[in-house]
Amino acid sequence: MNYQNIIKKLPYQKPFLFVDEILEIDEEGAKGTYTFNENLDFYKGHFKNNPVTPGVILTECCAQIGLVCFGIYLLQKANNPKFDDNNFQIGFSSSQMDFYKPVFPGEKVIVESKKVYFRFGKLKCEVKMYNIGKELLCRGELSGMLKID
Amino acid sequence: MNKEKYQKLKEIVAVYLPEDVSVNDITEESHFINELNINSANLVDIVLDVEDAFDIMLENEDMDQMQTVKNAVEIIEAKLSNK
Repeated sequence: MNYQNIIKKLPYQKPFLFVDEILEIDEEGAKGTYTFNENLDFYKGHFKNNPVTPGVILTECCAQIGLVCFGIYLLQKANNPKFDDNNFQIGFSSSQMDFYKPVFPGEKVIVESKKVYFRFGKLKCEVKMYNIGKELLCRGELSGMLKID
Repeated sequence: MNKEKYQKLKEIVAVYLPEDVSVNDITEESHFINELNINSANLVDIVLDVEDAFDIMLENEDMDQMQTVKNAVEIIEAKLSNK
């Protein structure tokens, strides 16, 4: 499976797809990028006349790269060849995030995820988001449930 | 049922109870998801804590059978006796 195939399997689409590219992925973690298009609708409201990417969207971006892309890779590894395009289910189960710097419209971010554990269908990861200058933007711990139907 | 193991399990489960369920609501027959309102993600955490507390390893089949507190104690006892 190449990385582009993982992105194709994601159950998201615009305007709620927050993954552009997967750079690295293996049994222990994943790394990917996303550039926040300045025309994204939420910038009109967050904040009034002062667009800043909402923390929940940064969390979502970390989850889509760090939990879902990574989770699809792990599920595929564990269940090959039973795994096909649309027979998996995902659910976000918990998040704990700390935010360090604002992310402005047009910024490119890099998300790195490291597996804490993947057992009994629960994937727990430590995630970190950086800008292209390698400054830490946010980090935290995210968990989700993954299963094959 | 072994009282000591039951008590130890109860202490583990108590950490994951939602606010609307008290530790006094736990009985041997309590269903983790339907009665104690524990979600499937926290049930995994309970299983991982049980593994550490009792120094055992659980498999997917054990997880599937672990519906009630009593089921869990039985699984723990079975694993300990096979050690």
